[in-house]
Amino acid sequence: MAEQTIPSIEPKQTPASAKPVIRLEGVFKTYDLGEIQVQALRGVTLEIYEGEFVAVMGPSGSGKSTIMNILGCLDRPTKGHYFLDGVDVSGMSKTQLAKIRNQKLGFVFQQFNLLARTSALENVELPTVYAGIKPEERARRAMESLTRVGLADRAGHHPSQLSGGQQQRVAIARGLVNRPAILLADEPTGNLDSRTSVEIMDILQTLNDEQGLTIVLVTHEPDIAQYAKRNVEFRDGKLRRDINVRDRLIAKEVLKTLPTAEEQAAEDAKDTAREEKLAADAAK
Amino acid sequence: MDFMNTFRLALRALARNKMRSALTMLGIIIGVGAVIAVVSIGQGANYKVQQGIAAMGTNAVFIAAGSNRAGGVRQGYGGVKTLTVDDMNAVLQQIPLIKEAAPSLSNRQQVVYGNQNWNTTVTGTSPAYFDIRSWPVQSGSVFSDDEVNLAANVCVIGTTVEKILFQDEDPIGKTFRIGNNPFRVDGVLASKGQSAVGQDQDDVIFAPYTTVQRKIQGITWLQSINASAVSQPASLAAVAPITSLLRERHRIRTGTDDDFLIRTQADIEDLADQTASTMTYLLGGIASVSLLVGGIGIMNIMLVSVTERTREIGVRMAVGATERDVQSQFLVEAVTLSLMGGAIGIVLGLIGSALISNLLSWPTLISGKAIIAAAFFSAAVGIFFGYYPAQKAAQLDPIEALRYE
Repeated sequence: MAEQTIPSIEPKQTPASAKPVIRLEGVFKTYDLGEIQVQALRGVTLEIYEGEFVAVMGPSGSGKSTIMNILGCLDRPTKGHYFLDGVDVSGMSKTQLAKIRNQKLGFVFQQFNLLARTSALENVELPTVYAGIKPEERARRAMESLTRVGLADRAGHHPSQLSGGQQQRVAIARGLVNRPAILLADEPTGNLDSRTSVEIMDILQTLNDEQGLTIVLVTHEPDIAQYAKRNVEFRDGKLRRDINVRDRLIAKEVLKTLPTAEEQAAEDAKDTAREEKLAADAAK
Repeated sequence: MDFMNTFRLALRALARNKMRSALTMLGIIIGVGAVIAVVSIGQGANYKVQQGIAAMGTNAVFIAAGSNRAGGVRQGYGGVKTLTVDDMNAVLQQIPLIKEAAPSLSNRQQVVYGNQNWNTTVTGTSPAYFDIRSWPVQSGSVFSDDEVNLAANVCVIGTTVEKILFQDEDPIGKTFRIGNNPFRVDGVLASKGQSAVGQDQDDVIFAPYTTVQRKIQGITWLQSINASAVSQPASLAAVAPITSLLRERHRIRTGTDDDFLIRTQADIEDLADQTASTMTYLLGGIASVSLLVGGIGIMNIMLVSVTERTREIGVRMAVGATERDVQSQFLVEAVTLSLMGGAIGIVLGLIGSALISNLLSWPTLISGKAIIAAAFFSAAVGIFFGYYPAQKAAQLDPIEALRYE
């Protein structure tokens, strides 16, 4: 993995031709906890354009989870407006928001959140079920989506039969199946080892580069943020930094430098043997 | 999400915890099964009773000698000596609603044929009696009105008496003794079997009432009159005119009790119906208690299921399930559970009642109404007790649900 050199920054440039997929205007979010009121967001204004790959960063308590929930239409701003694909969704009802989530948004979570004892294909199908799509079309689309993340041959496997990286890829396929305007990924590599993390970033970069999919990624790992094109950083409920990434990491290249799973296993075995030998020597 | 999808989803969710689903259904299964079995037994018994009532004869009106009071001591029915054949003839002539009537007086007598003897009920009556009770002979014939007028020593016997006294012989034309009088057998009555209360209806001898009055009992009055009205409503309508006629004939002053008692078949049927409906309410009560218990079991398990599947609910909501989708998912699951329980209960109830009628030879009658009601109530239980857990699931906050460990 590349060293954590602070990337040189330059003011971000708005692509003049593109239209904003996400536009937050003075968004506030206050949580009423009875005795105290917590201001999670204090006036956030942000635009994200089609084809962007944005990493949202910040320490815990910075408001990045809140912004993710609002972007994902799982929560509504207390004040301000949120335009998604040109539509103001800040005042919508729960049912309308469910529809928006279904049609416009794809989610990828840290915990994968696949349904247990349900095949990969059916997991991917899930959003199409709620979209009211016919069964044959559902299966076709789900298969297409699984193919995009390279898991067509695992369609019949249950999550428990898949590795963490494969599960996350199934989750990405599920996020893509309804052809959303944005893919929202909340710490998608948080539960994965470094190599698998880079593999997931590779899939996201490919989707972004080749298909122009807009991706918003929440992470607290600066090196993961380096795979995005733009980084926005929150602190104390406010947007503190908004930069274009220089020296962006390209997952495909990073992967070449990393040991493969087998090599890693061999290395680990060697380590273990050495440790055992040391322990045995110590015992003597 | 369409219904078939929701239903398939429910089946899969239930199939995942087969043992738990089965145990949850058990409450409903037992409740419904017990109701079906018990109702079919009750209906069978009721049917038997109704048949017994029908055996009294069609549109029957039964007039019994009543009690009188001698110095404050009541004597019970049949105690008075005021009911006579003249009363019967007056009723027949003056009340057009009454079509036929036959007198009746009976007591137990020792009967002897060859080296066999037996004690049975000897009833004096007229040939009309067998019409009214729709009771034909299986061999020979009924004594005639002429024989009644002559007080002839003739009789018809029931099949039980035939078997005991005559064994393998043909009794027609044979003479045997009732008490000390010789009687000729004119006919054998068709078998009626047991009555609703288990009495052998074939252990009987009928002779002309004149003969019984003069030669056997030595009395001039009757114990009862079996009459038949022209129609069922007429049997009820006839009660009032018969009452006033008999009161007049017996010179009973206003304010004094009747010395007779009138019962119609319709009365008795009503009584039986009342008993049956009381039974039905009772069973309904038991059924609702067991369904209630079953329903609480369903609610309990659905609440556990909602908690267990909080994450799943969160995921479903995140990918676009509306509150309604989530609610109907859990509601359909609860209803499927209770309907499956109901269906299994119905099948087990039917098997149970078949077993009971085979092994214990109790009459059972499968009630379509009970089956429909059981199916309906088990669905209702599922909806009622599934609603709260489903509502709870639908009200979950997706953010919280996704974070749930």
